[in-house]
Amino acid sequence: MKKTAGVSGLFHDPDQVLKAATGIRDAGFRKFDFHTPYPLHGLDQAMGIRRTILPWISLGAGLLGAGVALHLQWWTGAVDYPLVIGGKPFFAFEPSIPITFELTVLLTAIATVVGMFALNGLPRWFSKWQNDAHFTRSMDDAFVVTIDAEDPAYDGEKTASLLESLGAEQVRIVEYED
Amino acid sequence: MKRVTDKHRQDDWNTEGGGSLALSPEELREPLFEGTPALKDVTETVSGVVEGKPTRLWYATITLTSGLAGWGILTILYTVFTGIGVWGNNQPIGWAWDITNFVFWIGIGHAGTLISAILFLFRQKWRTAINRAAEAMTIFAVICALIFPIIHTGRPWLAVYWLLPLPNQMEMWVNFRSPLLWDVFAVSTYFAVSLMFWFVGLVPDFATLRNRAKHKIAKPIWTFLSLGWTGANRHWHRYEKAYLILAGISTPLVLSVHTIVSFDFAVSVLPGWHTTIFPPYFVAGAIFSGFGMVLTLMILARKLLNLETFITRKHIENMNKVLMATGLMVGYAYGIEFFIAWYSGNPYERFVFINRAFGPYSWAYWTMVTCNVFIPQLFWFKNIRRNLIITWVISIFVNVGMWFERFVIIATSLHRDFLPSSWGYFIPTWVDVSIFAGTIGLFLTLFLLFAKYIPVLAISEIKGILPGAQPNHSHH
Repeated sequence: MKKTAGVSGLFHDPDQVLKAATGIRDAGFRKFDFHTPYPLHGLDQAMGIRRTILPWISLGAGLLGAGVALHLQWWTGAVDYPLVIGGKPFFAFEPSIPITFELTVLLTAIATVVGMFALNGLPRWFSKWQNDAHFTRSMDDAFVVTIDAEDPAYDGEKTASLLESLGAEQVRIVEYED
Repeated sequence: MKRVTDKHRQDDWNTEGGGSLALSPEELREPLFEGTPALKDVTETVSGVVEGKPTRLWYATITLTSGLAGWGILTILYTVFTGIGVWGNNQPIGWAWDITNFVFWIGIGHAGTLISAILFLFRQKWRTAINRAAEAMTIFAVICALIFPIIHTGRPWLAVYWLLPLPNQMEMWVNFRSPLLWDVFAVSTYFAVSLMFWFVGLVPDFATLRNRAKHKIAKPIWTFLSLGWTGANRHWHRYEKAYLILAGISTPLVLSVHTIVSFDFAVSVLPGWHTTIFPPYFVAGAIFSGFGMVLTLMILARKLLNLETFITRKHIENMNKVLMATGLMVGYAYGIEFFIAWYSGNPYERFVFINRAFGPYSWAYWTMVTCNVFIPQLFWFKNIRRNLIITWVISIFVNVGMWFERFVIIATSLHRDFLPSSWGYFIPTWVDVSIFAGTIGLFLTLFLLFAKYIPVLAISEIKGILPGAQPNHSHH
């Protein structure tokens, strides 16, 4: 069954993208996005994107990594099998620093990468827009705007003409097979 | 795409409405591109390499390098089935080519993360032309490096219990107080984080390839690898944050890895190894050797893959400046080691250093000094920094010199023990030579595969720094 994905249009000028983003937001839309070949400076603010919680995930994982590393070195060396090596203490912070640091970094990195893709809902190998010709150009040389049909403010032709008034080219309503 | 002209120049440096300057700082700088490439040109150039057929030269070279890698694998199998007695190391030189090669390859792996993380935090835009290849090189170099500590355990299938804290039937644990174990964690973390960093950078470029692909096999591969990336700005927002965090944690990581490698030596009580200068000295040397290898490979790749638009002489010159700065640090470390040996008043320390420069290994020592300290001084001249052929030749000297540095540190400190009756002299066997040659073959094979089948330049990052690519805030 064919379903409407929403409207989509093209931009070529980065300055116009920012103006259009503000315009779409001011018109009351929330479910819209710009598909760009590279991140545009200032587009986050123009679209009104809330800051991601990703850094907190990274911080949590980093602290977990440090805790696990210290606990592992203390428990194996001083509790489970204490072994005198070179007359050194079973556990001390100084020789534990390198591994604590490395595991902090490792867990932070894993959480950052996995967290970023998970928050983005990826991997997901299907997009409503993927069969539209605009979509192909979004990772090449154009800035593609999409307004989702599920947005409460969406109104077919009226939304399309709003995009045109904001300077979008080749505006059209996109359908997809469900 | 519409050509974007001067009034839209990217000017992050300008203050709001700062029109009083005749030229913006961006305009005073040498451009990072030859000509004025458009967004489409970036896509075409990089995808063109991936989508085109491999050349005859590529086939010929990869046959040679994979043959070398195959020979290396055979000699590794010979070592494993016979025992490490087939190598030349023996008392008093218990570490020789194996650890030399390990430190050599790990060092080469340092340029990639330096370029992708530290230069990113310093907003060095020229890094985008070389970061992808340098990161790939990092990963391949670390793979080569990891081979040596694993096979030098003699029984690699048991090494997992010696290297990682796994519960086992003896109920014993690894020794967390040993720098050798710190090294296991440092190198494996470095490998994992570099790989993730590299992959995150590649995802948008895989999406670009996916959108262009028509081939029955290529399309699903790019689709899978791109993870369904759509370039949505809500995704880019988190992506950029993730990239910044990765750069932030990779910066101390890259500095820690060679620091910890140097602890393998510095924490021991052997004259010539037991010095506090080792961590910064090793890190500087690692960056030095890494940039040497980046130059060796990128000058060739630039020519063979027609990347002259994006990798200009300015890039080569910048890399040469880094090479020279780190080379001077390494030269300073060589000097200060002698000063401290004299100043310490320790006769064993003094003996090791006099022996290093004038003993049986003096040929290796002076090869090292010539390659790492004397020859790079040519880069004081701008003409030489911008000359591709001379730069390439010097980069080879740097590669050779840095291998000798590790060999000199390891062999000269070991070969004359405290007891003259146990003095010795290390001579490599054919197996030593074959395994090292094999890792060079493996490294080059992996790099050739990368250069053909994976975007060699970071497409989305380069697009983001093209003139006019970013909105011009001062016009709002």
